[in-house]
Amino acid sequence: MAAQHWTPACPLSALKARAEMLRAIRAFFDARGVMEVQTAALASRGATDPAIAPITTGDGGVLQTSPEHQMKRLLAAGAPSIFQIGPVFRAGEAGRWHNPEFTMLEWYRLDFDAPALMDEVATLVDMLLGVAAYDRRSYASLVGVPAAQFDAFADDALDLRVAEALAELPAGRVFITDYPARQAALARVSGPVAARFELVVDGVEVANGYHELQDAAVLRQRMLRDNATRLERGLPEAPLDEALLAAHEHGLPDCAGVAVGLDRLLALQQGASSLAEVMPFPADRA
Amino acid sequence: MATYSTNQFRAGLKVLLEGDPCSILENEFVKPGKGQAFNRVKFRNLKTGRVWERTFKSGETIEGADVVESDMEYIYTDGDFWHFMKMDGSYEQVAASADVVANVVDWLTEQGAYAVTLWNGEPISVTPPNFVELEVTTTDPGLKGDTAQGGSKPATLSTGASIKVPLFVNVGDMLRIDTRTGEYVSRVKA
Repeated sequence: MAAQHWTPACPLSALKARAEMLRAIRAFFDARGVMEVQTAALASRGATDPAIAPITTGDGGVLQTSPEHQMKRLLAAGAPSIFQIGPVFRAGEAGRWHNPEFTMLEWYRLDFDAPALMDEVATLVDMLLGVAAYDRRSYASLVGVPAAQFDAFADDALDLRVAEALAELPAGRVFITDYPARQAALARVSGPVAARFELVVDGVEVANGYHELQDAAVLRQRMLRDNATRLERGLPEAPLDEALLAAHEHGLPDCAGVAVGLDRLLALQQGASSLAEVMPFPADRA
Repeated sequence: MATYSTNQFRAGLKVLLEGDPCSILENEFVKPGKGQAFNRVKFRNLKTGRVWERTFKSGETIEGADVVESDMEYIYTDGDFWHFMKMDGSYEQVAASADVVANVVDWLTEQGAYAVTLWNGEPISVTPPNFVELEVTTTDPGLKGDTAQGGSKPATLSTGASIKVPLFVNVGDMLRIDTRTGEYVSRVKA
């Protein structure tokens, strides 16, 4: 990890494009009455997702893997629709399209459902990458397994199928919808599928969104199940974020939320084939 | 031999895959946002030269392969084996079988230097220098003064290799050959 070069990895043109993208996004949300917020990157609790490893600090703090929990606490406390742009951290994620620290754009819209939010994501992406068509594919059709049979497959088997199906998708923009219920994360569920979607652009995942789960008891069950999965995989349990659970008990308004990987979006906009081409200091130079 | 985890996979790392020594060409980290991580890895099988692609769960390990490349001098063949000697002063010799030298046998000259890939001390492939100089042993008589471009004729070289040469080339000429294409480059002044 030791930095070898003092110079930035990306050209000046990428810095300018990033500044312009940030300006455009802020104008986009300002025009729509969505308020910018800042929550803590360093907190006492993090997510329980078994497939996401947080980076912890020596004194027990957790660098946030997404600002979701705290943004939902703001919504439960009465905030209007909100957005945030900031750094998030994930241990061990490094590669062409991964960096342990990256910039996330996350926003929540009161009274939106998943299709309404997908429309807004498409409008934002059109503004940043140029107008194009959006295909909508169900998770079931992508992996070639009917929704009723999702439970017959292990999680890693489905994950592998998805990864390979994404690699084979033709260039273009595709919303993947209706994820298996057990991959709902924090989305609400109906029957075998979750109100969760992802946007894939030219084979690269750029957004993940939910019609948000509201029920505090269900949320607790999911967190406990995540921890059971963590134990099965030999991973440490993640302490539950009781503040988020309390916020849900108080009442999360009906809303939909989505997280967008801004560095990936910028790389796609710049025709780059890796994050390092648009980040001044990726992990090996930071 | 050490084992390597997917996060240690680097281009050039030598590992054992399905019993064969391979060199890693590319290692791509693949991870759905909420899903488990994988590594899509491309390997070159060092025995066959074929490229293999495999997907691993991140964190899986595979065994390293004791593969080293050594500069060696070709000494002679006894008909069954082709003998090479290390150039590091140890005079250590290895014997390569016919299938190991199959792709290089046309370019083997005694005292010539070759890159020999050794797996557990045994040669598994031999790479010639990009250019070798070889003598013409058979060809039709040269046409005097004909240095014009265009025409070519077959010629046999001292190693037994057959190549196309320009019309002005004669028996006894030394030729420079590009071993990557097997093509004539130029005549070499003796």
